[in-house]
Amino acid sequence: MNQDAVKDLLYKIADDQLIIGHRNSEWTGMGPILEEDIAFSSMAQDKVGHAQQFYTILNQMGEQDPDTVAFMRNADQFHCCQMVELPNGEYDFSLIRHFLFDHAEYLRFSALANCPMESVANLSKKIKSEIKYHVMHADTWIKQLGTATEEAKARMQNSLNELLPYALGIFEPSKHEDTLISEGFYPGEKAIEDQWWEAISKVIDKTELTLPARESISPVYGGRYGTHTEHLQPLVEEMSEVFRLDPTAEW
Amino acid sequence: METISNETIKDWLDEVKDPEIPVLSLNDLGVITGITQEATGKVKVDMTPTFAGCPAIDYMKNEICEVLEKHGVEDYEVRVSFDTQWNSNMITERGRKALKDFGLAPPPKHNLIVDLDIIEHATCPQCGGTNTEMKTPFGPTLCRSIHYCNTCQEAFQQFKPL
Repeated sequence: MNQDAVKDLLYKIADDQLIIGHRNSEWTGMGPILEEDIAFSSMAQDKVGHAQQFYTILNQMGEQDPDTVAFMRNADQFHCCQMVELPNGEYDFSLIRHFLFDHAEYLRFSALANCPMESVANLSKKIKSEIKYHVMHADTWIKQLGTATEEAKARMQNSLNELLPYALGIFEPSKHEDTLISEGFYPGEKAIEDQWWEAISKVIDKTELTLPARESISPVYGGRYGTHTEHLQPLVEEMSEVFRLDPTAEW
Repeated sequence: METISNETIKDWLDEVKDPEIPVLSLNDLGVITGITQEATGKVKVDMTPTFAGCPAIDYMKNEICEVLEKHGVEDYEVRVSFDTQWNSNMITERGRKALKDFGLAPPPKHNLIVDLDIIEHATCPQCGGTNTEMKTPFGPTLCRSIHYCNTCQEAFQQFKPL
């Protein structure tokens, strides 16, 4: 197994989870209704927990310990896609991002549940069953608001249009794509993207929202190679502010 | 130290409870996935979290260590892993009863395919009513969802099927 290829894959998964987890946590105390406040807070806790478990596997592969990896890097050392770092915006924006992202996650972990590296496969099986609740939550709201008032539909549609180019950026191919596929580790981003498009189409079809033609959307790439929006560095600084005060402190 | 059986060690662990549901032991929760002893006498306890991001896992691990030490075990290792992945079918019958007595609906048994149907149809732990609806799949802890009973008109929580 090519260690560099596997590490690259695990880093991008873990970084996605950590950053979206942090964004989700920004809804704590701010949600439009109590149940949604709790939902985003719970998903934040799940995501950050998932990130920690992947950083732990990376640590076993020789990388630094999870806290150091999470809190001591700068933005350009993160492998997350740009979509997860965008500010929360209004609730429609966060919901659409949650919907687009979690469908991709579910498929990613379903695929990795069969990968030849036992620790990754076992963890993916576990996470997959948890992400199901995230997908269910997202689908409920997309269906609800996507068939609600004109304002609701217009807001959801605008956010969908705005986020789709970033969502395609989730599937930015890595330089190890061929290795991961030929070693049977992972079906590759293209394959996951195809399944994802089908999955989100099925849900959108049940609403009055419209999914633009896939060819008409230009993916926003760069995140997987360390190119990020101006929003990531401030996020990282805020997230790691306390840790960096004293990295050796025992909590 | 005289020989102790794995069963005895398991019995000791009955006193370690889920800190978020203090009536439920880790044995009944199903998170203790293995107890073995090496030829040297070293005791190894394997455990796995209910949810990967469970914040209580370190606390539970420490409690296990304390129980082992209390019973005179000096050489031990408590390992948290995902080698066996927890699912809610692993809660024992005794555990399901404890949940119900605590006021939490036990998770419905499932064939490992959890869909909306299974999650939405909870039985009210207060009155046993089945005319209930799910309000939200996310509750006060990662492992609970919130429901409403149309029969007794009370809100209740369910330990999520996973």
